[in-house]
Amino acid sequence: MLVAIARRLLSTLITLFGVAVVIFVILRLLPGNAITASLGVSAGLLSHAQITQLDHFYGIGESPVSQFTSWLGATLTGNLGVSLSSQKPVAGMIAQALPVTLELGIMALAIGVLLGVFFGVAGALRPGHIGDLAGQALALVGLAVPSFVLGTALVTFMSSTFHYFPSSESYAGLFANTWLNLQQIFFPACVLGVGIAAAIMRTTRAAVLEINTQNFVRTARGKGVSERAVVWRHLLLNALVPIVTMSGIQLGYLLGGTVIIEEIFVLPGLGRMLVTAINNRDFPVVQSVTMLFAAGFVVINMLTDVFSAVIDPRSKDR
Amino acid sequence: MSSGSPVLSIGALEVGVRRRRGSQAIVRGVSLSVAAGEKVGIVGESGSGKSLTMLAVLGLLPPGLDILAGRVEFAGEDLTKAAPVRLRQIRGAGVAMVYQDPMRSLNPLLRVGYQIVEALRAHGYDARDARRRTTEVLGMVGLADVERVSGSFPHELSGGMLQRAMIAMALAASPKLLIADEPTTALDVTIQQQILELVASLQAQTGMAVVWVSHDLGVVAQLVDRVAVMYAGRIVELATTRRIFQRPSHPYTAALLGSLPRPGTQHRGTLQQIGGRPPDPASAEQGCPFRPRCKYATERCAAEPVLSVRGAEQQAACWLEPGSWST
Repeated sequence: MLVAIARRLLSTLITLFGVAVVIFVILRLLPGNAITASLGVSAGLLSHAQITQLDHFYGIGESPVSQFTSWLGATLTGNLGVSLSSQKPVAGMIAQALPVTLELGIMALAIGVLLGVFFGVAGALRPGHIGDLAGQALALVGLAVPSFVLGTALVTFMSSTFHYFPSSESYAGLFANTWLNLQQIFFPACVLGVGIAAAIMRTTRAAVLEINTQNFVRTARGKGVSERAVVWRHLLLNALVPIVTMSGIQLGYLLGGTVIIEEIFVLPGLGRMLVTAINNRDFPVVQSVTMLFAAGFVVINMLTDVFSAVIDPRSKDR
Repeated sequence: MSSGSPVLSIGALEVGVRRRRGSQAIVRGVSLSVAAGEKVGIVGESGSGKSLTMLAVLGLLPPGLDILAGRVEFAGEDLTKAAPVRLRQIRGAGVAMVYQDPMRSLNPLLRVGYQIVEALRAHGYDARDARRRTTEVLGMVGLADVERVSGSFPHELSGGMLQRAMIAMALAASPKLLIADEPTTALDVTIQQQILELVASLQAQTGMAVVWVSHDLGVVAQLVDRVAVMYAGRIVELATTRRIFQRPSHPYTAALLGSLPRPGTQHRGTLQQIGGRPPDPASAEQGCPFRPRCKYATERCAAEPVLSVRGAEQQAACWLEPGSWST
């Protein structure tokens, strides 16, 4: 199995390298460069000599390959550069924004997995029952309504009907003001969690329905095991691989989802930082945050694969 | 029928699809009783309802199928009316089952030993006793390397070893009745014989009753005292094994015997086969279900015959007079 994990790790690294190339190329294709980005309209006032000097400072004249390698080298050693608009080191900015996004993501995933697995199993155990049909209908709505619609609707509803909107106060850190922080994170996490719950519910329901028809579940019932043990040890344990795989995929989408939700709920997370940076053509920030999202996605995928391999003894012999 | 009160008594059992208008029965009015310590065989083609009848005993019918009518009594207690908790107590400890396909009948993600321990824990054993008993029963079924088998995942063992482990699991909580639902169908012929002998010797040791379900009359005959022959969801003949082989009273039983290869006799030509197909369980045709395939069918067969006595320890559902036809 170690060989399989090593192979998976290698393919993960190759994917990440590909991601780095794509990000680099796309950002070079955008109009403007580092000078126009940091100085804006005033870039037009620069003298020829100044431009040459700045070109040299930013390395604009160098070949794309050497630009790429120097960026990649710096990134790998933890030097993510300096933001062009705020002149702060990007690594520090990320260190501030990452916990916000992580907290949001983890809470959204927890809500999604709990709701999704619960309703998925409940539906699969009584297929066609009124509760199952209601759950499936809700899941369809949850999948169909985009998070920005649900998010803005929730914000409007909460603030106009209940005059309750924790996000209007400035963001509180998890450890600085835990109660306010949880209120601020809970609602966006719910919005994101609904979509995840819908996807996980459908996966769980299908998996449990399928496993429930298998002979070993009949064996378990036939030897007198309690129904709760049948559900946990036989149905859910075997459904775990598809559920975890689906959770991994959803966590990947979640990274994209936070971009919009953080904007709506005014959370100073990575997503909002990315949107601001794109508007400002803040290349170092955009590069690093995009790279971080991509790395997160790829690593999550790898972890779900490793998890599946660990949980299923049959994979050791493959 | 051997003496003693029946450990299992099935009465007028109907199994099928429950619909709001006109339920569709697949098992039609099966009555069978098994005395304590008795060995009974149920023989029939696939689709004859033999497995469904036995699954219905423990309430393990696949989704969509239900017991429509009749009773299933275990030691005098009607299981069709038992509370789920009571049914769970009887499953495994009163009536245990061994299934057709051992490779698919164990949870692929749990070790074999654990799955036997789990069965014991469900019946009040504590962790240490359950482990001790697991080792004991794995030894009883003739597995050489008990520790290895116990610590293996199902995919790491052969079909024969798995079926032995399944039998060990069934024996674990010392049931009064073992239902073996075609336990050798998925195995090699040599293994098949070993499993058969194993169950016979375990039966002799423990004195439990055994119901052996099979499509192979030849296999069943080695083990059981009585045979119930099923066709199209009904028992068409019920007799001692000797009577079945000496003087079958139903043309279908006779045809099954004719299709058996018999060791020791010289075969001239081919084995007999039964022409036609078994009826579709959904067909509403009246009369004897075997009529379309029966060589001796008459007009009387348009009405369905009931199981009636044909001499000592023999019953058959056929209009023909005994001896009026030859095999």
